[in-house]
Amino acid sequence: MRFLAEDRFKEQRRFLHFFLKNPLTVLGLVIVFGLIIVALFAPQIAPYPEQGMGLSCVKNRLLAPSAQFLLGTDDLGRDILSRIVFGARVSLRAPIIVISVVVAIGVPLGIIAGYFGGKVDEVIMRIGDLFLAFPSLLLAIAIVAALGPSLINAMIALSVPWWPWYARITRGQTISLKERQFVEAAQAIGGSDFRIVFRHILPNCITPVIVMATLDMGYIILALASLGFLGLGTQPPIADWGVMVSNGRTFILDQWWFSTFPGIAIFTTVLGFNLVGDGVAETLNPKRRR
Amino acid sequence: MLLLAFILIGLSVITFLLARVVPSDPAASYIGPHPRPEQVAEVRIKLGLNKPLYTQYAYYMRDLLHGDLGTSIRTHRPVTEDIIRFLPASLEIMFTAIIIALIVGILLGVLAAQKENTLIDHSSRLFAVSGVSLPGFWLGLLFQLLFFRWLGVLPLGGRIDTYISVVSPVQNITGFYLIDSLVTGNWLALGSSVMHLILPSIALAAYSTGIITRMTRSTMLEVNREDYVVAARAVGLPERIIALKYTLRNALSPTITTAGLAFVSMLTGTFFIEIIFNWPGLGTYTTMSILAVDHPVIMGVTLIVAIFYVLINLVVDLLQALIDPRIRL
Repeated sequence: MRFLAEDRFKEQRRFLHFFLKNPLTVLGLVIVFGLIIVALFAPQIAPYPEQGMGLSCVKNRLLAPSAQFLLGTDDLGRDILSRIVFGARVSLRAPIIVISVVVAIGVPLGIIAGYFGGKVDEVIMRIGDLFLAFPSLLLAIAIVAALGPSLINAMIALSVPWWPWYARITRGQTISLKERQFVEAAQAIGGSDFRIVFRHILPNCITPVIVMATLDMGYIILALASLGFLGLGTQPPIADWGVMVSNGRTFILDQWWFSTFPGIAIFTTVLGFNLVGDGVAETLNPKRRR
Repeated sequence: MLLLAFILIGLSVITFLLARVVPSDPAASYIGPHPRPEQVAEVRIKLGLNKPLYTQYAYYMRDLLHGDLGTSIRTHRPVTEDIIRFLPASLEIMFTAIIIALIVGILLGVLAAQKENTLIDHSSRLFAVSGVSLPGFWLGLLFQLLFFRWLGVLPLGGRIDTYISVVSPVQNITGFYLIDSLVTGNWLALGSSVMHLILPSIALAAYSTGIITRMTRSTMLEVNREDYVVAARAVGLPERIIALKYTLRNALSPTITTAGLAFVSMLTGTFFIEIIFNWPGLGTYTTMSILAVDHPVIMGVTLIVAIFYVLINLVVDLLQALIDPRIRL
């Protein structure tokens, strides 16, 4: 790890250079940025923003894609394009919150476990293993079923099984960093544990956490869409892609546009994040750089 | 081993507590709509809900050890019985899907690694990452639209044609339609079952195919750079033999772990596929129970699936030890 500002700068530039070499990664970045812009400027981008936010217009029920409604209308006559545009807000906001919570819980626990070792480490890791023993989505479904369907409960439900992954990775990093000389030096000078953790260990744990978070974004978006599909996430009339696919299911055979387009939105978004995550992981992997 | 016991006990505690967090009154749901207060009180005593929490947990554990997962509020049948009834249908899709995923995934992964950085490589990588990015339930819907509605070649859903299930029904031996119809020589049923199995299995396999392809490709590439492979190539061994005997064997280990993870992800993936294709498996059963807030079922299924998960990880570890002589159990 470099500590001089100049070296850090050079390293970041090299990272960007390799990162952007892969056209797929660039595609991913374009998708992600596009998504962010759509989410931020939803009211300006959507052709029928009130419908995007839930206003129904039943006389326009289930119309095929046309010049007036580019992607058709749903069973309540709302423009699907506008609904998809507004759906981007939930699809972006919720996973970010989930990942932030997961990182906020997992990283400190991992550092504590790795730094102090012993009993503390054992306890934290065993509890983590318990959550890892469940398939995450299933546990999330069970939790939402117990708490009641709502977006907040869905976010809580997804955070609970996810933190152990981050705790694990941070713990590993902490353990390997703990033995390094600069930590020993800091301890020799008499630096407090808190200071050592904050100034030395934490910054060096960030990289793998970021890689993991980027790779996880895609999966969490998919998980939230799946919960939405089961009716366990966002509740109507808020626009949510998973809920839209589920609502369109009854009409799939004749009014195909209802489920198809929100699904394309989910797919493209997850694809974007996955491509970016892949790019990050590959660029940081020293074995694969040419 | 101790860790295993701890995990299983911990799982039971979590599922038990989750069941008690439920805001709705389980006694009232058990009776049905408009229960009278006397009925509710009676059922509370019957279900043991008036005892303190730790006593309830003790009963729960005792029942668990006897294989009793409680009674479903919705079907009023023992949960264990329901699970045994619906499990084979789900397993049928899962096994077919994992076989598809392994075959396609490993082949594509090897191909992509061999032809690194060519069009074939990039297309396989795009294919794999798409598989991982697709929502399974949406893929299922698209399949129905494409193959049933527009092309008319495959059925919409269900395990078998209704006509055939009346005229030439499948004898229930294992619960797997493919095996049962094969064993009893019921060719009509076999054909129909296969046709009905195609779309759900492929939809379920998409995610797993993606991760297996990616893992196979990246491990093959890494192993290809290893010294012993370079040496084999330098000595003049033909490329095909190197790929099969050296690279693939050693790349297999992480691929098996991934396949294990893939299989487990199918456990939850199958829920969605079953809903879409009207498949009478564990997924449909659990989903209806979720909607009815039938918590003994939800907790029972969660526990069973979690145990399954632990078992599969164990199997994967054992397979690793088998393949790689360096690993000691």
